[in-house]
Order: sequence, then C-alpha cells, then structure tokens
Amino acid sequence: MHQAYTHRVYLVRIVLPMSLGSSSGPASGPLLGASGLRKAFGSTPALDGADFALSPGEVVAVMGPSGSGKSTLLHCLAGIVRPDAGTITYDGNDVTAMNDARRSALRRRDFGFVFQFGQLVPELTCAENVALPLRLDGVRRKDADRAALHWLERLEVDSVARRRPDQISGGQGQRVAVARALVTAPRVVFADEPTGALDSLSGELVMRLFTEAARDTGAAVVLVTHETRVAAYSDREITVRDGRSRDFTLAPAGAR
Amino acid sequence: MSIGHTLLGLLESGPRHGYDLKRAFDEKFGHDRPLHYGQVYSTMSRLLKNGLVEVDGVEAGGGPERKRYAITEAGITDVEAWLKQPEKPEPYLQSTLYTKVVLALLTGRSAGDLLDTQRAEHLRLMRILTDRKRRGDLSDQLICDHALFHLEADLRWLELTAARLDQLATEVRA
Repeated sequence: MHQAYTHRVYLVRIVLPMSLGSSSGPASGPLLGASGLRKAFGSTPALDGADFALSPGEVVAVMGPSGSGKSTLLHCLAGIVRPDAGTITYDGNDVTAMNDARRSALRRRDFGFVFQFGQLVPELTCAENVALPLRLDGVRRKDADRAALHWLERLEVDSVARRRPDQISGGQGQRVAVARALVTAPRVVFADEPTGALDSLSGELVMRLFTEAARDTGAAVVLVTHETRVAAYSDREITVRDGRSRDFTLAPAGAR
Repeated sequence: MSIGHTLLGLLESGPRHGYDLKRAFDEKFGHDRPLHYGQVYSTMSRLLKNGLVEVDGVEAGGGPERKRYAITEAGITDVEAWLKQPEKPEPYLQSTLYTKVVLALLTGRSAGDLLDTQRAEHLRLMRILTDRKRRGDLSDQLICDHALFHLEADLRWLELTAARLDQLATEVRA
C-alpha cells in the first residue's frame, strides 16, 4: 500500500501541472459535457443531436445497437473526431474551439484510451508499452519504469512485464493496455469495447480490475460496450439510438 | 429448490442436529433466503416418516432441536437419483413482458418506453449483483453470475423486441 501511495503522489506531481485547464474550469458542472452533437459521414448521420455529461470519477457506460453512433460519440468526446455541430466542454473549456495541437495535448495528458485490440506496440515489452506515454512526455526512464511496474502490479500482470504483446493472452494484453491508459493519471479514460475480443471470464477480470483502479485514482471512465454484463460495472448508462442519447438509469433501490 | 434433497445431501458427510443443518444450508445455499427452523423440522419429520433419515441420538432436554439425524441407505439412493435427474429447463413461454408489449401496442401506448423502463430496471439489478460479485467469494460470484446471465438473456430479448416494434405493431393491429 505504501509503495502505491508513493507512486501516486509522484504521478500527480508530475502530470497535473501540465494538464490543460485543470485549475481553470468551474468548480461545478460536468467534467466533460456535450450538447446537440451532430456528425455525419457522407450522407449518413451518425450523431443527430446527442447530449452527454460526465462527473469527475464517474464510470458511465454508453450502450446502443451497432451503428447507433456510440463509438462516434466517444470519438467526438475524446477530441479524436470533430463534430459537425454542437459543443463539447472539458473542465470548462470548449474542446470544439481548440486547434489540433491543443486537442492532441489534451488527449495525451488528460485522457487515457483503451480499445478493443491492436493497441500495444508489438516491438516493445509490456513494461515498455506502459512506460511509453510517460517517456513521450519527457519523464526519466527510471521513473517511468517504476510507474509502469506499479500499474502492471495493480492490474495483476506484472508477471508479463518483460514479455512482448504476442507472448501474452488477450486478457493480459487488455490489462496491460489499461495499465498504460492509467499510467499518466488521466482524469478521463475512454474505453471502446475493451472486452469485445475476450471470453467472459477474462472480460470480467479486466472490467473488475479496470473499474477498481479507475475508482481508486478518481479517473472518470466513458465505457462504450454492447455487453450488458460489462455495462453493469458502471455507475450509470446512457443509451444511444439513431444518433441520439438518453439516460434511463434508475437510482439504486435504497435511494428511491 | 428441493430443500429435502439438499438437507439429505448435507447429511451424507455425517449425522447432524437440526440447527447444524440449518446453519450449513444457510451458509452454502441460503444467501438471500435463510431457512426457518420450522421448515427444517417439518422437512426432517417428512424425511423421517419416509425412511430417508433416522434419529441417530437425542440429547438430554428433549424437543426436536435436540435430535441428531443420520441419512439412511434409502436416503443416499434418493440423493443419488435427484443429482442424476436433469432439471427441467424453464420454458419462459408465458411472458408478462410480451403481454405488456402487445397490450401497449393495442392500446396505442408507447411500447418503446415500456421496454426502455424495463431495460433500466434490469440493468439496475445487474449493477447490484455485479457489485456483490466483486466483493464476494467464488460462491457469491457463481450465484450472481447465474442471475446475471438470465438477466442478460432478458435484456437481449428486450433489445430484439425494441428493434422489431414497428413490425410487431403492424401484426397485432391487423
């Protein structure tokens, strides 16, 4: 425990001063919000007036049938795709108004990403993969390696630290990817079908360790999934249908 | 669940008192629904009458709770037969949800809203079970998983029905 605490302090100290607008945003309101998002690919509308709000530390599942626009919503929120209309705010700043360089810096420093597959660099060991975002941000090798090992331990995959991605299982690979997403102490982690290529048991383990680690660090999570058992690890779900989002979440029984 | 067979099965490892049986049952299978003492004693007297258990000893003080029960050969055969017999799968053909959807369509109410509300209620329960599973041991995990897979099956039906509402509306109103 004590070791984990030391790393945590270290990461916060290194990463937060570089965060965009981490102290400029309003004290209240969502950490990440969107309203009236529209996005079309050619003549096909993917988003048709979608809204979204994410509080700090919250795990929100985005659900919906294939082609409903849930991945497009995630890509817009993460600043990967620019919407045709609507606004996205992160920590009080208008993301849609940022230039590419600022959006790119935001993605690198404040956001973490986990995708379905193909995200680890095959030439690097698992430990090097996890250390990579810190190294790219100029953190010294020794410190980056130590932080990487901490996160591999946290996700219970420190035993594969020296192996390359093709020498580990799919479930281990996803846990390494989660470790890499969390190593920069992001405030929001975007996960697009993180268990989509895994069997039930591996998927459950990934989700349990992922959500526990995110909750411990206070990172909010936007989780796109079509699997309800995966969505059940969230605090709340929104449903995207025909490019529009709705929140049907019911309060826990005790609160009703 | 057959409480009689379960109690018999618990007796196979050795004779027990009624309160021991209740405790073992609650610990292993009771989870949300612990047995009442009354259920244990009425079940044990039935098993006794049918020759599946016998009284192995009675402690001083009398009363049914002082009896120690042992399983008989007939009891062991009965447990064996129960374990070998597959459970009848639930047919799920009398679905309240299906009835509600059709009635909503027939009366011009929103079947889509009905499905969405049901979906949210299912997900709420799934979230509670997932949380319990996360904190629990392997027994908790397996019990919750069984419930979660059933809820997931319901949710898949809800999705599929939501996607076919227009078609269903045309058919039921024809």
